[in-house]
Amino acid sequence: MTAASWPRGEPALDRLLHLDPRTGRRRDLRVGDLPALLAPGDLVVVNDSATLPASLRGRLGAAPVELRLAGERSPGVWSAVLFGAGDWRTKTEDRPAPPSVNVGDRLALGPELAATVAAVSALSPRLVTMRFDQSPDAFWPALYRHGRPVQYAYTAGALELWHTQTSYASRPWSVEAPSAGRPLEPSVLAALTRRGVALATLTHAAGLSSTGDAALDRALPLPERYDVPAATVAATEAARARRGRVVAVGTTVVRALEGCARAHGGRLVAGEGVTDVRLGAGFHPAVADGIFTGMHEPEASHFSLLEAFAPRSLLADAHAHATAAGYLAHEFGDSMLILPEAASPIAS
Amino acid sequence: MESSTLRGAAVLVTGSSRGLGAALARRLGQAGARLALVARGGDELEAVAREIRAAGGEAHAVPGDVGEKRDAHRIAGAAAALVGPIDVVVHNASTLGHVPLLPLLETDCEDLERVLAVNLVGPFRLTKIVAGAMAVRGRGLVVHVSSDAAVAAYPRWGAYGVSKAAQDHLGRILAAELEGTGVRVLSVDPGEMNTRMHADAIPDADPATLAAPDAVAARLVALIAHPDLAPSGGRIELASLPGPPGEVRP
Repeated sequence: MTAASWPRGEPALDRLLHLDPRTGRRRDLRVGDLPALLAPGDLVVVNDSATLPASLRGRLGAAPVELRLAGERSPGVWSAVLFGAGDWRTKTEDRPAPPSVNVGDRLALGPELAATVAAVSALSPRLVTMRFDQSPDAFWPALYRHGRPVQYAYTAGALELWHTQTSYASRPWSVEAPSAGRPLEPSVLAALTRRGVALATLTHAAGLSSTGDAALDRALPLPERYDVPAATVAATEAARARRGRVVAVGTTVVRALEGCARAHGGRLVAGEGVTDVRLGAGFHPAVADGIFTGMHEPEASHFSLLEAFAPRSLLADAHAHATAAGYLAHEFGDSMLILPEAASPIAS
Repeated sequence: MESSTLRGAAVLVTGSSRGLGAALARRLGQAGARLALVARGGDELEAVAREIRAAGGEAHAVPGDVGEKRDAHRIAGAAAALVGPIDVVVHNASTLGHVPLLPLLETDCEDLERVLAVNLVGPFRLTKIVAGAMAVRGRGLVVHVSSDAAVAAYPRWGAYGVSKAAQDHLGRILAAELEGTGVRVLSVDPGEMNTRMHADAIPDADPATLAAPDAVAARLVALIAHPDLAPSGGRIELASLPGPPGEVRP
């Protein structure tokens, strides 16, 4: 499947492949058709996290490095992945390895930021815990001045912060865009509301999707932070009570909902947590009935997560169809809805 | 009364290093808001934030130029990281353009563009960044600080007046489009105040005839705490609202 290499103009016109996992029926539609695929009483849950400028250029001694923040552990303390010389224009797996680091090493990250290596992971010498010198009041404005969005070699040019946000982004927790929601512009959300579909938010810190280290890549996603508001717990219970379906927008929302439910005996409980839940074939989601998500390649960990919603054979067929039909992949690409059709026919 | 509704609310105030913005920030800080303070000048801004923290409030300085696209996105991101999703944005920063003020036919088009960038497009960009999330959460308030120059055709106030009139109308249309979402949009006319901006515009004005920024800020905080006092999309003259106890009005 060809990657979309740059944001496109009218998200509602992006393509949407609807797959009914029960019947195997597929339909080629547009994102603007999403409201018609849902029924009054259904609930759509979005991830309201904003995308950080998580890539920082810096120096370890004399050696140039790139530090990609992976997730905030506590104020000023971050999991992060070190890359060697170069930038996103080189494929992640072709980048030179970073110099090896030890606890106590100092990293200068531009004119305003500096950090100390607090830990080096046993998973990979590139996975480090960094403790920044700056107080939050100094750290955040400086991060936004000097950080760049994390991006990959298939993109056509340097991304700006505004290329990586959803229309409802409000809590800067993610180090890569929670991109499934990118085509959900305010007009699509308003159309969902007019149809009687409920909307709810949660926050999930989307992590890095690729590190250039095969062993580390196999361990992804790393534990990720989430916050499920009480209003969202109530909204899912209300949807259940009226036999509405719960549609997660993106794998991050699935991870937050299912990670939260798994931590609490199968029930959603409001509050923050950290989840390392790994979804895949044989996992039966406790909360989400379906997923609205971006198109990705079958080898991505993303794809195995989709097996919680549809058998691998149907997913492979759908992917082959989408590739032949010219669907585009990755964060600026086309979309897919995996959801059993409503019991009652939906008027179009 | 105000403190209960504003306590813990995340409020972003632009142009808060001096004048009405700084007075508003102090009042909001007293009311318990979590403040992201924005202005170009880092030192003056940090001094206002420090003063609010010393008085027991929460305020973070987020320096940047609202008229610059990159800065607007950086400001919004850092502000949300420091105070959480923005509940209230007060677009108070503005520029007069060329001072002394000039008749329109003597105003450089580039100066007009800069005034529109700072007073109209920049605030709109910031609103776009925060208001989508407000609509999804079902609540939020956007405040445009306007001027009587938005309504009356004062000679020499062309660039500024045009920008403020456009901002008022942008607020009206935005309010219509956001009806039913829980997000409200208000334009407020603070009246003539004893500020550096006023002195730049009308150097020979008698300060005794001008309102104190703090008294105007007190009215504005009352309105922010109870924005349903005015219809969304409305234009409110702050002088028509009750002021703080003991105020001596010019």
